[in-house]
Amino acid sequence: MYRNSMRIEFPNNSDNERFARNVAAAFVLELDPTLDQLSEIKTAVSEAVTNAIIHGYDSKDGTVTMEGSIVDDTVEFIISDNGIGISDIRRAREPLFTGKPEMERSGMGFTIMETFMDRMDVESEVGKGTRITMCKKLK
Amino acid sequence: MELFLWGKYRTLVVKLYGELDHHAAQRVRESVDRELLKSGAVNVAFDFENVTFMDSSGIGVIMGRCKITKSLGGSVIIYSAPEEVKRIITMAGIDKIVTLSEDIEQGVKEAALNV
Repeated sequence: MYRNSMRIEFPNNSDNERFARNVAAAFVLELDPTLDQLSEIKTAVSEAVTNAIIHGYDSKDGTVTMEGSIVDDTVEFIISDNGIGISDIRRAREPLFTGKPEMERSGMGFTIMETFMDRMDVESEVGKGTRITMCKKLK
Repeated sequence: MELFLWGKYRTLVVKLYGELDHHAAQRVRESVDRELLKSGAVNVAFDFENVTFMDSSGIGVIMGRCKITKSLGGSVIIYSAPEEVKRIITMAGIDKIVTLSEDIEQGVKEAALNV
């Protein structure tokens, strides 16, 4: 059985979106993913981290955490922030809904995460933060 | 990113390079909008050939330029997009409001641009 885990923390600068998705890609390389799977994982992680950076802290400084774990051929990522939280998760998950239309956000972030990963859960508490868990089996 | 005006079609051609995420989106948005105003173009044609990554922030950039070009009586063309970019464009449903094409000549023809 193959097992691995990792955890990184970084400030909510937008250039860390790229850093985080590249770390995620490097982490799953051991599972020998296809190029499509790699691109799906990078995109889903990028969405979650961008959410934390844009919505989590509302342009104040903060820290984003990304944890990864692998058990056999399944990878799980948890992306969390200690920011403002999401008051209505159901609405936030609707395609094309965005809390920041003035920033030209498309409202497709959660839809992309759901489509590219096998499972995606959002836990959030207003004033405490948000935690996105997603996993994917790489066959 | 390279921008140039294709005067005959009143089209601003935008060659994108590398990764189009939230970090990169801000710069693309500002440069394109500034050049649109300055050049008098009414259409925007994005060349995605050299884009290696795009997430929903790219969708936001495209949707925003659709709104602007529509108000000018023009539209948006996206050409030479890699499969993974096309997949995200289709998922967001914006293939219905932009012209997706293999190359710019075909895109111009299909969009029947306001020249």
